[in-house]
Amino acid sequence: MFYRETGQYRTDYASDQQILNLPQDKWAMALLLAVAFLVVPLLINDYWANAILLPFLIYSMAALGLNILTGYCGQVSLGTGGFMAVGAYAAYKLMTAFPGLDLTIVVLFAGFVTAAVGTVFGLPSLRIKGFYLAVATLAAQFFLVWLFNKVPWFFNYSATGMISAPARTAFGLEVSGPQAPIWAKYLFCLTLVTVFALIAKNITRGRIGRMWMAIRDMDIAAELIGVRPLWSKLSAFAVSSFYVGMAGAMLFAVWLGAVEPTEAFGITVSFNVLFMVIIGGLGSILGSFLGAGFLVLLPILLKSVLVGGLAMTVATAKHVELVLLGSLIILFLIAEPHGLNRLWQITKEKLRLWPFPY
Amino acid sequence: MAALEQPTPQPEVLLAVEDVTLSFGGVQAIKNVSFDIHKGEIRAIIGPNGAGKTSMLNVINGFYHPQQGTIWFKGVERSEMRPYVAASQGVSRTFQNIALFRGMSTLDNIMTGRVTKMNKNIFWQALHLGPARAEEIEHRAKVEEVIDFLEIQHIRRTPVGRLPYGLQKRVELARALAAEPELLLLDEPMAGMNLEEKEDMSRFVLDVNEQFGTTIALIEHDMAVVMDLSTRVVVLDHGELIADGTPDEVSANQKVIDAYLGVAHD
Repeated sequence: MFYRETGQYRTDYASDQQILNLPQDKWAMALLLAVAFLVVPLLINDYWANAILLPFLIYSMAALGLNILTGYCGQVSLGTGGFMAVGAYAAYKLMTAFPGLDLTIVVLFAGFVTAAVGTVFGLPSLRIKGFYLAVATLAAQFFLVWLFNKVPWFFNYSATGMISAPARTAFGLEVSGPQAPIWAKYLFCLTLVTVFALIAKNITRGRIGRMWMAIRDMDIAAELIGVRPLWSKLSAFAVSSFYVGMAGAMLFAVWLGAVEPTEAFGITVSFNVLFMVIIGGLGSILGSFLGAGFLVLLPILLKSVLVGGLAMTVATAKHVELVLLGSLIILFLIAEPHGLNRLWQITKEKLRLWPFPY
Repeated sequence: MAALEQPTPQPEVLLAVEDVTLSFGGVQAIKNVSFDIHKGEIRAIIGPNGAGKTSMLNVINGFYHPQQGTIWFKGVERSEMRPYVAASQGVSRTFQNIALFRGMSTLDNIMTGRVTKMNKNIFWQALHLGPARAEEIEHRAKVEEVIDFLEIQHIRRTPVGRLPYGLQKRVELARALAAEPELLLLDEPMAGMNLEEKEDMSRFVLDVNEQFGTTIALIEHDMAVVMDLSTRVVVLDHGELIADGTPDEVSANQKVIDAYLGVAHD
């Protein structure tokens, strides 16, 4: 069956405004979700989950959040790591204070806490733009990590200064702690990410998304046609931080189980998520996933090729990997500055005309 | 029938500018300017470069706050306000240099024009169900009317950055019209256009005025266009109002001729 839209008429605005217009797209998405929800949990093992699937899902969530702020609303942020830490510590405090609480509630609540913190750190965006705002969010990054290191209340006065996730359940399934079955962890993250990706898509294609994009593309014109800059920017910070906070909570509670803030939520994490968003495609939901996939998978791929294929030592491979990764990112930005998402769009356009060139 | 002669009805004033002075530091951009805009007319604001025309529009839609003077809109004295308040009261505009949202499609740009009319909260938006969905469809229908009116159906899905200049100007007009304004401010809608595009745009301006009854204030440098389109003309020069009247009165005014041809200011 060809990928065609010829002969498929949309006769009302409701069907024209669907996310996936073509039946082919709908089937593909249904298939993808069916495999992810039904097949993968049966085949999953520890290595696949911990090295690939969980980090992919969690970084997708973080990239979604940063994409809302940077890609849709045009506000650069280097505070992602710090905000993830807020989510993680909020989740930790809740898990230890209310042991019976469902982990879904914990993650959502961690999102709301981070949204509040993010809004506060978003206040400078009302006055400053671009690089200067990036520096202001950088301050958030360092301040938050410092705070979680310094104030013992946050890590419940533990001697190591680390936080570790106790076993908690979501909908009756144990999803955190060392005993939790790996497929349950995977399904928990997958469900949250799927639901919130859909929500992000809905918000960004509606009124609020258009307000954000208006602010991004031409803030003065946006204000003159009736967009409130204060509300738009702060709501972008809030929603973005909500996603980033949930990602932080999941990273801590479900994936790693125990974290130390300087390492797990340092500036490298902020940059990594920013790269994901840029490589995936600014201002695109799909791009967030593609970017996260690219940056999670590429190091693993490189490592297996370098160590396994070329028999390098692990230390050398690590260095080579960094060099290759960096140059790939630069190459990529020169060749396709609009990211993987644009490549995908081009592919789809070509496919529509295939086998004809135009 | 002479006995039944009625007094000519006093035209309704939509917007009145009284003694407005605007300065930036030591530069006085607008000096004690007063004029009014009647409901339903096309009011042109003309003047040489640097006369304060765009500043005047910026004052009217609340982007600049004059140091002196009052602005009456729909019979109410306007306090100092943010532009989005002016927008929600029914003032919308286009810009001298195209100020479209380049990353968005034509349709999204025009939908953004209706932002002041949409109000469903983020939770409905997140689900894209119920009220938010109904609102989206309702406003889409309105936007499609504007798209039909300005004959830009074929570029609905095109990102505006890819459109040629003339069409971008038209999309900008569409975005302003989508807000269903009572007062439409057009800042050089025909700048940089060729004759055919100018004729199209003039036709659209007249159609908007006639079909929607929208009051229009327009800045334009092409005198032929101004004289043909406008009901009344305000002439500014160096921030001062030098003439105000019908196109014929204004074009006969010696001060206007001097300002355009250049006479040494003393």
